[in-house]
Amino acid sequence: MALRMWASSTANALKISCASKPHLSFSRCFSTVLDGLKYAESHEWVKHEGSVATIGITDHAQDHLGEVVFVELPEPGGSVSKGKGFGAVESVKATSDVNSPISGEIVEVNSKLSEAPGMINSSPYEEGWMIKVKPSSSSELESLMSSKEYTEFCEEEDASH
Amino acid sequence: MLIPQTRNIGLPMMNLMRFKGLPILQQLHIEEQLLRTSSENWCIINDGTNDPTIVMGVSGKPAELLEIESVLHDQVPVIRRFTGGGTVIVDHETIFVTFICNKEAVPDLQPYPRPIMSWSNTLYSKVFQGIGDFHLRENDYVFGNHKFGGNAQSITKNKWIHHTSFLWDFDVRNMAYLKLPKRAPAYRSARGHLDFICRLKDYMPRSIFIDKTVEAAGTHFSLRSLESEAIETCSETEFRPLTRFLTNEELEAAAALAGQ
Repeated sequence: MALRMWASSTANALKISCASKPHLSFSRCFSTVLDGLKYAESHEWVKHEGSVATIGITDHAQDHLGEVVFVELPEPGGSVSKGKGFGAVESVKATSDVNSPISGEIVEVNSKLSEAPGMINSSPYEEGWMIKVKPSSSSELESLMSSKEYTEFCEEEDASH
Repeated sequence: MLIPQTRNIGLPMMNLMRFKGLPILQQLHIEEQLLRTSSENWCIINDGTNDPTIVMGVSGKPAELLEIESVLHDQVPVIRRFTGGGTVIVDHETIFVTFICNKEAVPDLQPYPRPIMSWSNTLYSKVFQGIGDFHLRENDYVFGNHKFGGNAQSITKNKWIHHTSFLWDFDVRNMAYLKLPKRAPAYRSARGHLDFICRLKDYMPRSIFIDKTVEAAGTHFSLRSLESEAIETCSETEFRPLTRFLTNEELEAAAALAGQ
């Protein structure tokens, strides 16, 4: 398990480095956590750019879930609520809910995931994005964890189990 | 009516519901509702279901998994369930065991597929101690390298479900409705159904298996048995399950699309 986590995070790290992404921090839990994103305790990330927020699941989550074989996503035009499920991923023998860190209107859905669900594993912060949302509340974004806080959260969570 | 059963101070409470011959769709609807709406822990045991029924996982594609022409000709019901995993054909010879737990119910258990699967292995290792060569092989329960139990899970924000269909016995003719799946565990080594699976009845009497499973669950949880009128309570709320039968039209369309 530890070897697989190391391999996964190293692969992701190399990929991010090659794409010249400067904002990278490594956590002692061996999952990649990106600076500049916000994080939920249920292991989703949010990237807020202008009027749109992009949402996906973290490297920590994809590593713990295993190979993703199916992704269930909502339709554009729908809405999401903070803390509520908007879709699911299937990995191993399990479906796992994906919860929205913020509330808002869904403006775009990553349709490529239907043909290539494994992008969630190989590129959780880039090609593996799941939905784009027009946020309805800026305070919800502010209440999410920073990269540093999320890194510590993951370490505590893994250490307690 | 609540009947107190095993009472172990300090263990989390778990409701135990036992059925015999409950239709599998009804069982799955109860499970899905409890997962989504109940804050309690549950163990459900269904000793066989009524009619032979095919049950696919949430992402199952009928054309890839089923011999649709035979299924339609013989009017075998097909269900798409809410959990992940593969396809099974179940009947009165199948024994179903389900655990629905809050995330805190099992100490130190991370609510992800592999830890939950591993925990289930510790429970069933107690059931099958000294019996056959039992172990968890990839995600299946096996004796040696022959599968007798298939697992599936669903994980929500605060709860998880792990349910298993045990092949007490099976009719070889029913296996003919199922294709060899594209996604198969490595240890299957491309074996056909009959070379891959085995019968639990060759290893343990039926009632002993169920009793031992309850006993093993009692080492993790404080069990209290609920009588069948609890089902009525489950169906009172307005919950819409995802689990459903596929229609003939859907199966025919799937076959047509795949050029069957």
